[in-house]
Amino acid sequence: MDHIFLYSSLYLAFLMLLSLYRGVFGPTVVDRMISVNAIGSKTTVVLILIGLLYHRVDMFVDIALAYAMLNFVAVLAASRYFQKRKGLYDEGPFR
Amino acid sequence: MDIIVVLLLFAGLFFFTGGALGILRFPDFYSRLHPAGKLDTLGLLLSLTGLALYNLHHFSVGALLTSLKIILIVVFVFLASPTATHAIVDAGIRAGLAPWTKGEERR
Amino acid sequence: MAQDNEQTMESMDRGHSMNSDEVGSSAGPPRNRRLFFYPFILTFIIMCGTWVLLSGKFDAFHMSLGVISCALVAYFSSDFLFSSPKPAGLLSKWVRFATYIPWLMVEITKANLHVMKLVLHPRGMDMIDPKIVKFRSKLKSDLALVTFANSITLTPGTITVSVSLDGDFKVHAIDKASGDPLPGEMEQRIAKAFGEE
Repeated sequence: MDHIFLYSSLYLAFLMLLSLYRGVFGPTVVDRMISVNAIGSKTTVVLILIGLLYHRVDMFVDIALAYAMLNFVAVLAASRYFQKRKGLYDEGPFR
Repeated sequence: MDIIVVLLLFAGLFFFTGGALGILRFPDFYSRLHPAGKLDTLGLLLSLTGLALYNLHHFSVGALLTSLKIILIVVFVFLASPTATHAIVDAGIRAGLAPWTKGEERR
Repeated sequence: MAQDNEQTMESMDRGHSMNSDEVGSSAGPPRNRRLFFYPFILTFIIMCGTWVLLSGKFDAFHMSLGVISCALVAYFSSDFLFSSPKPAGLLSKWVRFATYIPWLMVEITKANLHVMKLVLHPRGMDMIDPKIVKFRSKLKSDLALVTFANSITLTPGTITVSVSLDGDFKVHAIDKASGDPLPGEMEQRIAKAFGEE
């Protein structure tokens, strides 16, 4: 069972790398925010998997909960911050 | 018991794969939000349910509390994820990004 | 042009907040003693459950700390969680809402598989056809509108772009199959769950 957890978390890390591509090369700022959100939700699962591997789930589950909340607040704050910025993308205003 | 856990975990990983590939493949930011915001949510639900079941293997009060905390994470993500998705869409709309329509070049 | 746009947006924002203020004052904070009691008790029970779940310690010191802080939080914010001042319909509303959840889960799974098919299909990029769908919902209360908007966002293929207080929805749908059935069955089920037939 430990092997399955280990390889699942490695696979999740690989998927995070795929999402990171969008974060680095994404054409707009909002693309980068999507990437941050996706990486954060995978990290929550990886944290619990690490806890199961080290037999300390009771400790890691609190970290995962705090991380999920922090991820949510970060995305919310970033989108509130960028929504007043004009010219993220040079096109006419769309309503 | 272990078989159910592994099945749930792999189903979750399958949906996570779909989310990551969707972020890479889809043509514009509005359509990228569809896999990113929601395939990930279902993947998290499935895999964390599996892990909470596995955690109950050696039953005790502490293990039960830990499993309930994992379920609490799932509930929180189900409330928070649509809100975050909506906030990102709102930011895009107010910044004036026009949605991609069929036949345009991908960006 | 951009200046103009920003101004209209700001005035729209102001109108929005004024509207929500009116709604808030018409509902009114239930300072009547009897009406205040039921939301307080329900919030207190939920807070205590969360405290026990998160702390995991059952000795007298931690439990008394929990009871004190739960009572304080429930006193200050009891009208956030259960805004309806009528105690009678409160519990049955939540029970009916709980019966809505399993249907939503089935719907989410079906729609997720649909988007998975679009992502993994080699010609999936030719199959998607994004467009903005506009429609007007018949739901009235704030909570029902928020639930409807979040449910639309949770079912893949559709994202709520904006909601107004009157129930005007703008939804970004990824292809024809997921955009066409809106508002449809989901709206009826939410109307039933919140008692707005």
